[in-house]
Amino acid sequence: MSGLPVLLGAALLLAACRAHDEHPGAPAAAERVVHVTAKKFEYSPSEIHLKKGEPVVLELESLDRTHGFEAPDLGLRTEIHAGEPSRLRFVPDKVGRFPFHCDVFCGSGHEDMTGEIVVDP
Amino acid sequence: MTQRRDRREILKLVGVGGGVVFASSLLGMRQADGKGEKKEAKSGPGGKPGEDFFFLQVTDTHWGFSNPAVNPESGSTLKRIVGAIKESKEKPDFVIFTGDLTHTTDDDAERRKRMSEFKEIVKELEGLDVKYIPGEHDASLDKGQAFIEAFGETHGSFDHKGVHFLRIDNVSDPSAIVGEDQIAWIKKDLAKIDAETPVVVFTHRPLFDLYPQWDWATKDGAKVVDALSAHEYVTVFYGHIHQENHHTTGKIEHHSARSAMFPLPAPGSVPKKAPVPWDAAHPFQGIGYRRIEPRAGDAAKRVVELDVPKS
Repeated sequence: MSGLPVLLGAALLLAACRAHDEHPGAPAAAERVVHVTAKKFEYSPSEIHLKKGEPVVLELESLDRTHGFEAPDLGLRTEIHAGEPSRLRFVPDKVGRFPFHCDVFCGSGHEDMTGEIVVDP
Repeated sequence: MTQRRDRREILKLVGVGGGVVFASSLLGMRQADGKGEKKEAKSGPGGKPGEDFFFLQVTDTHWGFSNPAVNPESGSTLKRIVGAIKESKEKPDFVIFTGDLTHTTDDDAERRKRMSEFKEIVKELEGLDVKYIPGEHDASLDKGQAFIEAFGETHGSFDHKGVHFLRIDNVSDPSAIVGEDQIAWIKKDLAKIDAETPVVVFTHRPLFDLYPQWDWATKDGAKVVDALSAHEYVTVFYGHIHQENHHTTGKIEHHSARSAMFPLPAPGSVPKKAPVPWDAAHPFQGIGYRRIEPRAGDAAKRVVELDVPKS
């Protein structure tokens, strides 16, 4: 019986963390917000410049259909549904160029739907 | 009755310049302990267990693709391969096309037209057992609807001469997943066979993270690999990456085949993934199909890469 509150607490904490990762709410004041649009078959901007150590929220909006956004080297991934912006909150911890791509097959130009996150010092 | 296939005759008939892919082993012939001791797999259901046979894997034919700088023979490449198979005196037990039969189009009617044209070409193989799984170009835009209409179910299993074969669909969901329903089916299907029955899996995408930066992965592939891991002899043949790649996860071997339309660069070798341009000095270079003889005692015969006939 005594373990139940602990388990419930852990479950709530886990749920909160997950919500924070996948569907974060409004950006905190110190965070930089970068708005990115997705449509067949491009992102705008396709090159996203960030600074190492600066907290950022990528606010992703689809202008037509469901797309994906995956940057494997940074461990970032979400789906972007039309009319329902997705947000990815993170702190870049390494300098470099990190490719991202649409990972939800979206049509004849899908494989060209790519971009890069550039993290500057 | 065991019948040996004459590899030299096959190579001659199909005009092959291809070589042996790898010298490791398949079904039940894997080195058991690294000391040269071989362990024999049990024979599973279906056919005549233990009998030699071979099949052909053709993948990424991308019918409808058109770019002369990449393949000026795009209208004839599939026909050349089909012709070579048809003319060969040595017939495979079956031919499997492992996805991207057609090149994608945003037009549903055009997709069906390409599938219809593909079927018309492959009809030349009448009398042979021909099997299919979809690639994302065939199935990701309509969740496999047109593919099912043309070729039947996107996944399934069958037994042949003691080997259990699985066709797995990791493309009809546009997010490149197999999905919980199909994974449950895979587990149920595998539960019917002995753990030592050889299992051969056909998929389009790799089941492991080959190079996620280029979308060369299946997001829930690890769950499939986990389900397969209970079995002693598992070999996966796939396409998608348009080149050979040989990889092992635990006891499971994964072998991708060359495309039957155009090659792609090695993973991460160039900044942006794009088809390798046609080399007029070496026509059809990097393009081909594959012959697999699972029980061949000679490792050099188990998997042989076959080239597209040039004439």
